[in-house]
Amino acid sequence: MSGSEPTVALDVEAVRAIVEGVDDPELPHVTIGDLGMVRGVELLPDGQVVATLTPTYSGCPATDQIRDDVAAALDAAGLDARVEFVLSPPWTTDWVTPAGHTKLRAAGIAPPHAAGDGHETRIDLPVACPRCSSRRTRRLGDFGATACKAPFVCEACREPFELFKAL
Amino acid sequence: MPTDTHPTAPTDLDSTLLTYVLRQGDRSLVLAQRLLENVAHSPELEEDMALANVALDLIGQSRLLYTYAGQVDAGPTGEVAADAPSSDRLDENHYAYWRPDTAFTSPLLVEQPNGDFAHLITRQFLHDAFAAPYWQAMTTSTDETLAAIAAKAVKETAYHLRHSRGWVVRLGDGTDESHRRMQVAIDALWRFTGELFERDDVEDGLAQRGVAADPTSLERVWQETVASTLAEATLDRPSDEHMRTGGRHGRHSEGFSYLIGEMQSVARAHPGASW
Repeated sequence: MSGSEPTVALDVEAVRAIVEGVDDPELPHVTIGDLGMVRGVELLPDGQVVATLTPTYSGCPATDQIRDDVAAALDAAGLDARVEFVLSPPWTTDWVTPAGHTKLRAAGIAPPHAAGDGHETRIDLPVACPRCSSRRTRRLGDFGATACKAPFVCEACREPFELFKAL
Repeated sequence: MPTDTHPTAPTDLDSTLLTYVLRQGDRSLVLAQRLLENVAHSPELEEDMALANVALDLIGQSRLLYTYAGQVDAGPTGEVAADAPSSDRLDENHYAYWRPDTAFTSPLLVEQPNGDFAHLITRQFLHDAFAAPYWQAMTTSTDETLAAIAAKAVKETAYHLRHSRGWVVRLGDGTDESHRRMQVAIDALWRFTGELFERDDVEDGLAQRGVAADPTSLERVWQETVASTLAEATLDRPSDEHMRTGGRHGRHSEGFSYLIGEMQSVARAHPGASW
């Protein structure tokens, strides 16, 4: 995309697609749109774009990187952009899209269970192996390589995998 | 982390609100720092990952709280000049790196040394059993920012409590040696639990306005969680005599100064550095 052309024709849906298409730095096979992090994209009368995102975990180290990546993507489209984070309503894994679930499974990550009211953990529910779909799986720990995941092993195909924990 | 809400509360509320928010931020950060000392020393790799992730959640919570503290501290009009030295800017780093150890108001429980794994996980459990009902209560705080922070933290804390409680039960009701170590740990740490529920003018004033959680209600839930967990773990509940206090007023143990010194050393050696 060229930054030199005037962008009079860009509508808000096109801008939103740019924001939602930014890869998650920790899970590069899914976008922040797939994860349901994009709360809103607004075009101000002066042409400035305001992208509003929800952080996932309080301590997610990717949050600052995501801010920079979204700003860079909009800048590359020739847009004057501002990226804001809002805490409320809090992000939930229920906002991960169906496309996100499919992509997670393809990457060997079991997608999250429905979060319910979010105040109880869902880590003891049955988990299907994302590779062979067997339900004979065993949890190895409560936390994986990132806070959002827990390590599992499949007793059927013997492959290790991770569960995206309901939050 | 920016939020679009700016405090509009009257000034008399602001000073107690600042004190209150810093207490919570300090509790989270100091516990996280202790946990991180243990990374690469856990009994198994999965536990290293778990404790590092719990610490990361706690650091995230303290960042949100310190950022809010900076907004309260600066007041409705005040921004500190952008070219002020980094030690004067009221951002999250100010509260973490540029306050002396005696300015930290964390409860004594969270600064207790890691010791063996029994001590570490018992300390974590006694804290998590407090943090879970605390953040649950704070989701209905009349302070919008604190309620928003709580709505995130309550979900993360549910996983922390599940993890630490599970270890207390397994080790307490485990081998003779694990049971013995767990009883030693609970006996040693119990004296620091009373401070979690201390009342003072700050807590009472803010609780009356619906900003803060009521300590008495929290203690009731905490007692139930601890009693049922210790029973399941076949551990004896220690007596409540000789509770220690002082963290809230900056009176910490000797080891606390080393903890803060290590945490602040890089920021103070390279003021204004960014990474």
